[in-house]
Amino acid sequence: MFENLSHLALQEYWWVINSLLGSLLVFLMFVQGGQTLIYTVAKSDLERTMVVNALGRKWEFTFTTLVTFGGAMFASFPLFYSTSFGGAYWVWMAILFCFIIQAVAYEFRSKPSNVWGAKTYEAFLLINGLLGTILIGTAVGTFFNGAEFTVNDFNHSRWATPYGGLEAVLNFHNVALGLTVFFLARLLGSLYFMNNIEHDVIFERSKKQLLYSGIPFLVFFLFFTIRLLVMDGFAVDPKTAMVSKEAYKYLHNLLAMPLVALLFVVGVVAVLFGLIKSFLADKYTKGIWYAGGGTILVVFSLFLLAGFNGTAFYPSNADLQSSLTIQNASSSHYTLTAMSYVSLMVPFVLAYIIFAWRAINNKKLDVEEIEAEEHLY
Amino acid sequence: MLENFDLSLVDWSRAQFALTAMYHWIFVPLTLGLAFIIAIMETIYVKTGNPEWKKITKYWMTLFGINFAIGVATGIILEFEFGTNWSNYSWFVGDIFGAPLAVEGIMAFFMESTFIAVMFFGWKKVSKKFHLISTWLVAVGSNLSALWILVANGWMQNPVGMKFNPDTARNEMVNFWEVLFSPTAINKFLHTISSAYTLAAVFVIGVSAWYLLKKREQIFAKKSIVVAAVFGLLATLFTTMTGDNSAREVVRDQPMKFAAMEGLYDGSEGAGLVAIGFMSSTSSNGNDNMKDFAFKLEIPNLLSYMAYMRGDAFVPGVNDIINGYTDHDGVVHPSFETKRAIGQKAIAALKAYKEAKKEGNQLKAKQAQADLEANFKYFGYGYFNDPYDTVPSISMSFYSFHIMVGLGMWFILLFILALFLVYKEKIADHKWFLRAAIWSIPLAYVASQCGWIVAEMGRQPWVIQDLMPTLTAVSNIDSSSVKITFFLFLIVFTGLLIAEIKIMTKQIKIGPNHGGK
Repeated sequence: MFENLSHLALQEYWWVINSLLGSLLVFLMFVQGGQTLIYTVAKSDLERTMVVNALGRKWEFTFTTLVTFGGAMFASFPLFYSTSFGGAYWVWMAILFCFIIQAVAYEFRSKPSNVWGAKTYEAFLLINGLLGTILIGTAVGTFFNGAEFTVNDFNHSRWATPYGGLEAVLNFHNVALGLTVFFLARLLGSLYFMNNIEHDVIFERSKKQLLYSGIPFLVFFLFFTIRLLVMDGFAVDPKTAMVSKEAYKYLHNLLAMPLVALLFVVGVVAVLFGLIKSFLADKYTKGIWYAGGGTILVVFSLFLLAGFNGTAFYPSNADLQSSLTIQNASSSHYTLTAMSYVSLMVPFVLAYIIFAWRAINNKKLDVEEIEAEEHLY
Repeated sequence: MLENFDLSLVDWSRAQFALTAMYHWIFVPLTLGLAFIIAIMETIYVKTGNPEWKKITKYWMTLFGINFAIGVATGIILEFEFGTNWSNYSWFVGDIFGAPLAVEGIMAFFMESTFIAVMFFGWKKVSKKFHLISTWLVAVGSNLSALWILVANGWMQNPVGMKFNPDTARNEMVNFWEVLFSPTAINKFLHTISSAYTLAAVFVIGVSAWYLLKKREQIFAKKSIVVAAVFGLLATLFTTMTGDNSAREVVRDQPMKFAAMEGLYDGSEGAGLVAIGFMSSTSSNGNDNMKDFAFKLEIPNLLSYMAYMRGDAFVPGVNDIINGYTDHDGVVHPSFETKRAIGQKAIAALKAYKEAKKEGNQLKAKQAQADLEANFKYFGYGYFNDPYDTVPSISMSFYSFHIMVGLGMWFILLFILALFLVYKEKIADHKWFLRAAIWSIPLAYVASQCGWIVAEMGRQPWVIQDLMPTLTAVSNIDSSSVKITFFLFLIVFTGLLIAEIKIMTKQIKIGPNHGGK
């Protein structure tokens, strides 16, 4: 089946899969956003335990999606993996440290003799939520604004600055995407609490946070999007594979791919609907599904804008011709074919995740359940 | 050619990878083995309906959860470290190596993380059967994740199923099944997971022995010992068998590693196995890496038998491999100088190919490609000048191999004794045995780490056997960055390890009757 597809079709298929994983990851970062709200929406020990446990039952999905995204990128676009990870060393190391400390924080936080105290593990959760989201968003910003690397004839890459990728923060457009992701994660975190926890006070406080996260989110998102549509982009000539700057490239991409434009618009409307209805209605708890679904659509379409329609998805400012495209950075036809068969398992994986979660998550987390729970975070 | 590489960068990158991998491997084997032990215990609970078994299951599950979290924390870095610190490697073999990592995520990690939630939070929400299946799926998922990463590691030790593409300057996969079912990969997987089961069994027996010594939780402890000893005995026997199979592969595919493991400098027919040996500080052959033996107890002909199932077979030593030899199967292995010349031809052919392509000279490119293909087998040797640079640290390989095997033998005895004493209902009376069982816990970790030291240090200087020397695999970054991250990892992981050990010992002291709170 897949072996009959052209190399380009397989590359596009894998860019779509990676885009889907990336967009799921951003949605699941409601866990990170929620972690930055622990002290805001929960004031007593019991409330904090409820909030941490509500998040603690989901953190592994975000984590696993991040790891799978990394693995899928390695398998399908190894030149991106070797160039970006090996070059933007400090950015990726900072992101990884944020996730290393998260993984132990839930399990260790409430255990006796945890040496460093519950506050330390809560601080780990805060760092993960704050820096993890901003850094990932800023790093993805370089997909549009370019990074500082060169690739030679043997596909060995070298970073052109001594700052290991941290120079990305000097471009405010990158940072704006980081802040957009951060406030979006907080927004989704609040909506998740409203949906998942049966507790009036936590509900009301979370609802209030929708406004405080929603407004900065909209400001940064609008700045990022408008600037994206009016700035120069990195175009690839389909015949010569030469990369050049093109004015309004991402706007052109949007117009050239009406389906992507539609996904983008529907996604934005869904996020706004989830946000506004949750804020205005009295006891509305379904906002997470609209805002979460909308997030997936918007991020998915942004990834497609970055990689499709003759665009370099990881452009190089140091040497335009070193820029990575889905064609020059990908795995071989054979490997992509083999991996495509593996990807057929994804619907099956999604099915058992939904099935298992329905079985144990069929009602909201309440005080009674927390008090009876033996495995507490 | 060595002078073109930053050796300090290579050393620090290796140190960091070793540090993070060894930390990760402290936690993984217990997870892999304990997952099955818990699943067996829960199966007994579901079959018998005896609530005592439910309590036992839940208790070991608490320890599993603590250990699992830190295993995840130390694991994420390993996946990304291939890119951050070994970026040239990631490109050179990413077409093959990346796939198992992606499959690991899709197939194994999601299974683990989904069903672990049911395992911990589903006791009162799902049926007994559904819960039991979930516990088994956690065990299967965690072991599946081990499969994929070990397939990737096995491929590095014995690269198969690929072809070098000069256009992209990398190796490309041509046969997925050959990569997956390579005997090296299969043996590595089976040997590693069965050794992990052994460690988990020793852990359960050691902790239970502590209760018996303290005269606490007697029924719980004895029941746990029975399950762990049966599981552990089967696991160690299987570990021995797969280790034995590995030896026969290593002598063929990585003969230098095999020679280093045994401290064999000059090969012979009917070679003896060093059962116990100590190296002195002198080396009469003038090579610091090849120390004289101060003492060795040798079992005649056993090494030849281990390698080729024939007591009189020829086993090559370090010097034979450097000078060239014909092995017992009749395969001719060229000398280092010949391999080096072939490797240099391959490297030159790749450069010539690239130049010809730039000039648009198809004929020259075709010729260069043919030269490259003919000489690619020893591509990596072209980077070396000194034959002794292709020899791994012999004392490190020798000692870690012998410590691993020696401890493995002790664990077999431990499991047999445990079963015998439980059967005779005398286990609580033999305090010497209980103490030995407790002290065996750190020994199991030592054996497990030694196994990886043999596997990874023993294959140096190769990151991909014969094709890619470790020093050409590193990222083009400055060594000071790697130094800083090395110490950051050291601080963070040590801090987490201290917390982990304290939490675990506290939970053990609390015992199974207090719900893990």
